[in-house]
Amino acid sequence: MFNAIRQFINKFFRNIFSKKKNIALGLYGPPNGGKTTLANKVCMDWLGEEMGTVSNIAHETREIQIKEEISLEKNGKVIKFNLVDTPGIATRIDYEDFLKAGLNEKEAKQRAKEATKGVIESIKWLDDVDAVVVVLDSTKDPYSQVNITIIGNLAARDIPVLIVANKIDLKKSSVKKIQAAFPQYEVIGISAKDGDNMDKFYEGLFEVFK
Amino acid sequence: MLSLQFVPYHEIEELGSARRVKKLLDIVKQDNIVLLQGRLKKEEEADLIAITMEEIDNKFKGIELAVVNPDKKTDGIIRNVKQNMVNLLLGDRQGFTIIGPASIVKDIKRDPDKIQLYTEEAKANGKGNSVKGRKKGT
Repeated sequence: MFNAIRQFINKFFRNIFSKKKNIALGLYGPPNGGKTTLANKVCMDWLGEEMGTVSNIAHETREIQIKEEISLEKNGKVIKFNLVDTPGIATRIDYEDFLKAGLNEKEAKQRAKEATKGVIESIKWLDDVDAVVVVLDSTKDPYSQVNITIIGNLAARDIPVLIVANKIDLKKSSVKKIQAAFPQYEVIGISAKDGDNMDKFYEGLFEVFK
Repeated sequence: MLSLQFVPYHEIEELGSARRVKKLLDIVKQDNIVLLQGRLKKEEEADLIAITMEEIDNKFKGIELAVVNPDKKTDGIIRNVKQNMVNLLLGDRQGFTIIGPASIVKDIKRDPDKIQLYTEEAKANGKGNSVKGRKKGT
């Protein structure tokens, strides 16, 4: 009962706030889940241009990237938002992992340093987003504490959440595992790279912004 | 050799959020695995990650973290309300939290009520050290 009242009050104020400015839609998740690939897909679909670079090496996105004024239209309804692509959240960053990925020592140390700052920025931005898409790699174990901490923090702040199980184009993908790990949330399986199931994803966004 | 340090909840109970996180991180930075009774607040877990990032250097590579919580869904509404009140007043003492230095703990695999802790040698052998939690209570 108390939670319902609190959510109503938060939603009320968020609605007032959203009339003053575009709402901020954050993309959150662990590194290499496909946040920037999804951001690029959304931007290509609705703005005709990409947002950032993607790479197989973790922590490619090390700064917050924002694409402003994206308008999504469906069945006469329109939602406008600023898309906030955040660096992947991790609990460990070892420059030696970047050495193994082929960077030289100087590059690896620099990347590690920037990656730590990126994680801190992502966590700070939890207070500035109005809704969040949590992007998880559906080929990986969903029970990692990073996933649980991100989603727990969003719940504690009453921020609406949509979970995306990305990389359904890969053989090892299991959307069901992610649904089982977070049964209280809607989970939509997509391939941001191939654009599979994006219609369902956009429908999910409309639900999040309700 | 693995060094495991048990931290009862009362040891962090009186501390503010920043000092709680610092205390736990200081233990971990001395190459100990912390076994904390109960759990941090959700915001403190995020703070723990952020402060860990600030402390990372060539020697300290970060942490591995896992929280094992009893399944609250099966407890019933009244019991959950009671438990939430107790948590609000006294802190969340249910379940436990494991925090290990990334240089020692390579991975923590987690099911809802079981965790497997992989150390460097154990991972090379494909075997984890298993810690099983109970579903209800502690």
